[in-house]
Amino acid sequence: MAETGQQHPLKIYWIMWGALFVLSGMSYATDFMDDGALRTFLILTFMFLKAGGIVLIFMHMGWERLALKISILGPPAALLVLIWLMSLEGAYVEDTRVEYYGESTFEPREPEHH
Amino acid sequence: MSDAVGVQSAPGNTGFVDDWSQDKQVFGVPWGKAMMWIFLLSDTFIFSCFLVGYMSVRIATTDPWPNPSEVFGLEAFGVQVPLLLIAIMTFILITSSGTMALAVNMGYRKDRNKTFWLMVATAVLGATFVGMQAFEWSKLISEGVRPWENPFGAAQFGSSFFMITGFHGMHVSAGVIYLLVIAFRVKNGFYEKRGGNYEIVEITGLYWHFVDLVWVFIFAFFYLW
Repeated sequence: MAETGQQHPLKIYWIMWGALFVLSGMSYATDFMDDGALRTFLILTFMFLKAGGIVLIFMHMGWERLALKISILGPPAALLVLIWLMSLEGAYVEDTRVEYYGESTFEPREPEHH
Repeated sequence: MSDAVGVQSAPGNTGFVDDWSQDKQVFGVPWGKAMMWIFLLSDTFIFSCFLVGYMSVRIATTDPWPNPSEVFGLEAFGVQVPLLLIAIMTFILITSSGTMALAVNMGYRKDRNKTFWLMVATAVLGATFVGMQAFEWSKLISEGVRPWENPFGAAQFGSSFFMITGFHGMHVSAGVIYLLVIAFRVKNGFYEKRGGNYEIVEITGLYWHFVDLVWVFIFAFFYLW
């Protein structure tokens, strides 16, 4: 059971746990930044670091054999194609809406606070 | 579990080819763990479809998109803090992920008492998360946010919000029940009668970490973006 038992020193978990707190804090901090390419980049970076840490350390995927890693982590790569196609589709739908219905006349209300 | 479990294959590509080409179990993990991973892979596609759908309608709408940091902002000590409740929910879920990881470790050490209490702590944190989500939903509903309209901007905001967080909250709720069932079985010696194997704690943990993983993506794409 040495390989599949996934018994690891506790220290790894404490470090990962701490890292997740720090990364979440930094992720939340991006909300105080102005919108722009840098903010988008940071949101994605912290997101992938957190997700990678959870999958590799907490879910032990880093210690599993290559056959399992590829079978589980490989297929989601197909989503990139879906994201690409749906963003093209979304932009096209927006263009046709503007073309046929004109620009939005919606007047948003400011959210109230409690 | 068969003999194949735990057999060390060669490292890298050679091991990968060996695993698939030899007449044995490919993944070398207990079947329950392999099935949980395959279930989680299918669940990945479900959540991805929701998130890609959200992206698509957000691009397609001509109405302005509501600013999540204002919509989900709360006033604390007289100061307006953006996304306050969502940030607290995020930290609660991360804390629960840590207690779960420790529970898995204690399970392999066959420390039933610690495993039980860590799993119960995880379940309590999960229930707290769902409770805060219920509060968030009530707040938004009272402000007039509906799946088909809302006063702050594009109608698609409401539909995406209720669909995505609702489905995630349902996963958390199911996870709380799952955790409690397994925790009580660990406590009452159910697995001692089955050879004292606590692999089930890790399988439960995989589900719980996945729920946290999904929240990482929801937090980034829905609340921060």
